[in-house]
Amino acid sequence: MIADAKSTSTPMVNLTINDRPLSVPQGTNLIEAAAKLGIHVPHYCYHPKLTVVGNCRMCLIEMGTPQIEPDKKSVLKPDGPPEITWMPRPQIACATLVSEGMAVRTHSKMVEECRKGVMEFLLINHPLDCPICDQAGECRLQEYSVDYGTGGSRFVERKVKRPKKVELGPRVTLDDERCILCSRCVRFCQEVAKDDVLGFTDRGGHTTLGCYPGKKLENNYSLNTVDICPVGALTSSDFRFQMRVWFLKEARSVCTSCATGCNITVGSREGVVYRYTPRQNDAVNSTWMCDAGRLNYAWINDPRRLTRPLKNGQSAEWSDALPDARHLLREAGMKGQLAIVASGRASTEELFLVRQMAALFPAAAVDIVGRTGGHDQILVSADKNPNTSGAKLLGLATGKLAEIKKGIESGRIKTLFVQGENLEKAGFEAGLLAKLDALVVLDILPSPTTQMATWVLPGAAHVEKNGTFINGRGRLQRFLPSFSVKGHAHEDWYILKELLPEAEHTQYHSFHSVFEAMVRETPALAGVAWEGVGDQGTPLDLKL
Amino acid sequence: MTIKIERPVLKWHENLYFPAIWGGIKVTSRHFWKTVGNWISGKKYGMITSTGRVTMEYPEEKWAVPNEYRGAPTLVKDPDGRIKCVACQLCEFVCPPRAITITPEPIPGQLPNATVEKWPKEFEIDMLRCIYCGLCEEVCPEEAIFLLKDYSFVGESREELVHNKERLLELGGMRQDKIYKWKNK
Amino acid sequence: MMTEPMIAGLWTDTVSFFGVHAVAVVLLKIAVVLFALLGLVSYTVLAERRISAFIQDRLGPNRVGWFGLLQPVADSFKFLLKENVMPAHVNRIYYVLAPCIALAPALLTFIVIPFGNTLAGEPMVIANLNVGVLWMFSIASLGVYGIVLGGWASNSKYPFLGGIRSSAQMISYEISMGLSLIPVFMHVGSLNLTEIVNAQSHRWLFLHPNLFLAFLIFMISSFAETNRLPFDLPESEQELVGGYHTEYGSMKFALFFLAEYANMITASALMVTLFFGGWQVPFALPESLSHPVTWLAPFVFQPVGFVYILSFFLKMLLFLGVFIWIRWTLPRFRYDQLMNLGWKVFLPMALANVFVMGIWMALSV
Ligand code: SF4
Ligand code: SF4
Ligand code: SF4
Ligand code: SF4
Ligand code: FES
Repeated sequence: MIADAKSTSTPMVNLTINDRPLSVPQGTNLIEAAAKLGIHVPHYCYHPKLTVVGNCRMCLIEMGTPQIEPDKKSVLKPDGPPEITWMPRPQIACATLVSEGMAVRTHSKMVEECRKGVMEFLLINHPLDCPICDQAGECRLQEYSVDYGTGGSRFVERKVKRPKKVELGPRVTLDDERCILCSRCVRFCQEVAKDDVLGFTDRGGHTTLGCYPGKKLENNYSLNTVDICPVGALTSSDFRFQMRVWFLKEARSVCTSCATGCNITVGSREGVVYRYTPRQNDAVNSTWMCDAGRLNYAWINDPRRLTRPLKNGQSAEWSDALPDARHLLREAGMKGQLAIVASGRASTEELFLVRQMAALFPAAAVDIVGRTGGHDQILVSADKNPNTSGAKLLGLATGKLAEIKKGIESGRIKTLFVQGENLEKAGFEAGLLAKLDALVVLDILPSPTTQMATWVLPGAAHVEKNGTFINGRGRLQRFLPSFSVKGHAHEDWYILKELLPEAEHTQYHSFHSVFEAMVRETPALAGVAWEGVGDQGTPLDLKL
Repeated sequence: MTIKIERPVLKWHENLYFPAIWGGIKVTSRHFWKTVGNWISGKKYGMITSTGRVTMEYPEEKWAVPNEYRGAPTLVKDPDGRIKCVACQLCEFVCPPRAITITPEPIPGQLPNATVEKWPKEFEIDMLRCIYCGLCEEVCPEEAIFLLKDYSFVGESREELVHNKERLLELGGMRQDKIYKWKNK
Repeated sequence: MMTEPMIAGLWTDTVSFFGVHAVAVVLLKIAVVLFALLGLVSYTVLAERRISAFIQDRLGPNRVGWFGLLQPVADSFKFLLKENVMPAHVNRIYYVLAPCIALAPALLTFIVIPFGNTLAGEPMVIANLNVGVLWMFSIASLGVYGIVLGGWASNSKYPFLGGIRSSAQMISYEISMGLSLIPVFMHVGSLNLTEIVNAQSHRWLFLHPNLFLAFLIFMISSFAETNRLPFDLPESEQELVGGYHTEYGSMKFALFFLAEYANMITASALMVTLFFGGWQVPFALPESLSHPVTWLAPFVFQPVGFVYILSFFLKMLLFLGVFIWIRWTLPRFRYDQLMNLGWKVFLPMALANVFVMGIWMALSV
């Protein structure tokens, strides 16, 4: 787990940046210190989560230290502040740590000249690729050109040619001409992914990024290099040429592929998801996420998405579906023949409603379908359900799945409610499900289970609704919608509350009312508020 | 602040309205008879103003549009026959009525222009939405989209007036080029 | 209002010759007049478009048929084929009813107008009522209901304002209009339009100074009654987006449109009848016209009957021209000016005219 452990006992250091005083912990570099004042020092190679190498020279600033007399006292100006000795040459902000009394200028004439020069050098061999470059729109080179560059070029010689469209690995494509040699990607592979495959060959203007011979950039974190590459040199083969980034509507969400719950930004346009990118949360995923989770979104765009209720496979109306399904569940519940299979992929609010259902009908047995897989020491957890903790907290993870199966075999369970799970994978064969009198399935994609269902109720993907997950470490995290549900489908909370006995309907008039009811009725969530959860989540004290 | 508007005080005969009505009728009659006269004698009808006629009979007679006129947007090819558009989607972004829809695609490897890497798989301009503003032409970094002088498009269905890539290229034809930026990629 | 004599008049007209012949003739007259009227309406629209075009240095519709003469046909097809849109917020029944109510009175009023002398012995009037003018007024005043209803049923602010304006305007001008005609009846001594026409065989009534004033008041009031410029405040595009028919489309709009022109035609016909000698001709006709023409013999038609109808028709066209011409010449009145004119100018004037006429008659006895 990567997390910046900042000891609170670090001594503070006083300095001034552009004549504004501030005090920061010792060991802070000048880029971070300036950021505290809201001053942006342009930089390429510096990345807060990687070691500092100082090779791009974009972050040049002017700095000075107080003049010290032989008796170690500062020389003061007539009007009070200490006299500063300015260094005659600019310094790089990323590799300069704060020191007591230091003075910094981030926008002086010299600094501006330096930046212009650096920009001009960086662009000397840079191709005019912006129209076909996936980075355009979120490219640091474009942004800094506009903000700090000269706007023209004095370079009349031939540009150096370097390899284009190089497949570094199965998921990353490199355009060497665009690389500005910041080495972020190299350091990432060494330091974070612990898979040292990238390096530079040749010298000067011919320096070329590449993989070591016989190796490929194919670790499960390779796409993070695309995120941190400040230009369009490293591009995601999956996202390549799919959509320009300025069209993407961004929504804050959480990855659903494992119990780590990496924070993500969902980029979508007109109801189509184009990419996930990690969102910084130092308590969870730092600024990274794994490739498997990142590329696990295609199912949202699946053209087979369920958009209408189905009765025995035939399209039907909600006005029939909800009362009828409710009736089926209630009848079975009263006879003790109802079982519920909930999902560890459902939001905590939805699980809360399922628990209500199990209690009110009542259900003879409830469980979630467990899902495990490989894990690593970086981010990936073995538990592949994003919300197992939520199910545990609500008492739905009972381990009774085998019992439910036996119950169906013996004919004791005659009606089953399934929430977004393909039971075939959990060992329920079609023959077994055929024994049921009624099968009500809430899902978003067709599966062998929905094919057997009496009623299929189409729900929403997580990018289409609000909700929370509790990750493996007991952190409650929100996800927000990118766009609205497809077709005639409904958000799951709505369907679930409609399935409850009629007397319960009115108290759940919106998603938030479900959230509030859940908080009210769950002691471990006491004091949690939707706004309070925020974009970074809130840790819960769970004794699971 | 109130503004008091001085209304003219009318004389008694002006108050009768008749002189004014008569004056109006004189004006309208003059125009009427002049137009009728011109029409019957087969001459140019209508008042001839200093800038020419006031109206014209449209489909038979058409304005000679000035060179700067902005008509239908089209896609062009360069003299080598390469589709100049690289599907950067800037025009799609800038188009105020969102008339443009582009589906980008990597250029298949075996084609001669594969070094450009990207082109539009589909490029649609909905001429029912286009407002002929010319922003697409102005924004295009590749000089791939040009507005013609044509302004009148007629179709029998909505689909017909959504110009696809083929139609746009057919309308746009070929343009001479000064810069061959992609040639030596 | 159906008065006793009116019903009696209708009754005698049809029943006194009760039999297939009489009924067939009346039906035939109705059919001919109705079709002629509707045809005239659509061609008045065309005339309006052409004349306005010429006035504005344009050509107007000149595509369909010869010189655009089939334009009304094309228009009627267009109206019939148009999608019949019913806005969601309207009061459905009254919304549909209103245009019908607007058109029907405009056509109904025409039945008492004598549009010719006789043809094959038949009087050229559908119903020769002895209270013809009263019938005219009572029916014509129903027209306002169509407009008010249309404005109200549209359930939208502009039509509503248009409807309100129209009712105020029509009621106001109906008074001066009615009063302006009293001198005519005093002079002729009858309410029967046929008799009024007959009374003009020597001198058309507008030549009488009193009656000329009556004519002016009547004409201007009929501009107001027919919602024509300069008094088209119920429609006024600039402020009311079309007024009472803003929410209407396709054939329902066309009915309103036709009603306006039908009203114009009726008003013109009435002016001709009351002040300009009706079907009379201002000069002596050659004797030969009164003899039946041999090739027409089976119908014993005398050419003179056609001449009279033609005379009536031409005079009416003249007034239609005036209606059209005025529309493209004068700007719209302000609402207060309109009301002032109606109540403070025309009403007293019409009243005074009645007195002067009375004194005149008393003196000349
Ligand atoms: S890396 Fe940036 S500057 Fe270079 S081509 Fe791509 S978008 Fe343009
Ligand atoms: S590929 Fe990108 S991240 Fe790697 S060195 Fe080049 S510019 Fe930096
Ligand atoms: S001319 Fe204007 S409206 Fe038409 S496609 Fe181009 S940008 Fe869009
Ligand atoms: S702006 Fe030019 S190059 Fe870009 S997509 Fe439009 S036409 Fe193609
Ligand atoms: S950011 Fe400081 S040298 Fe690159």
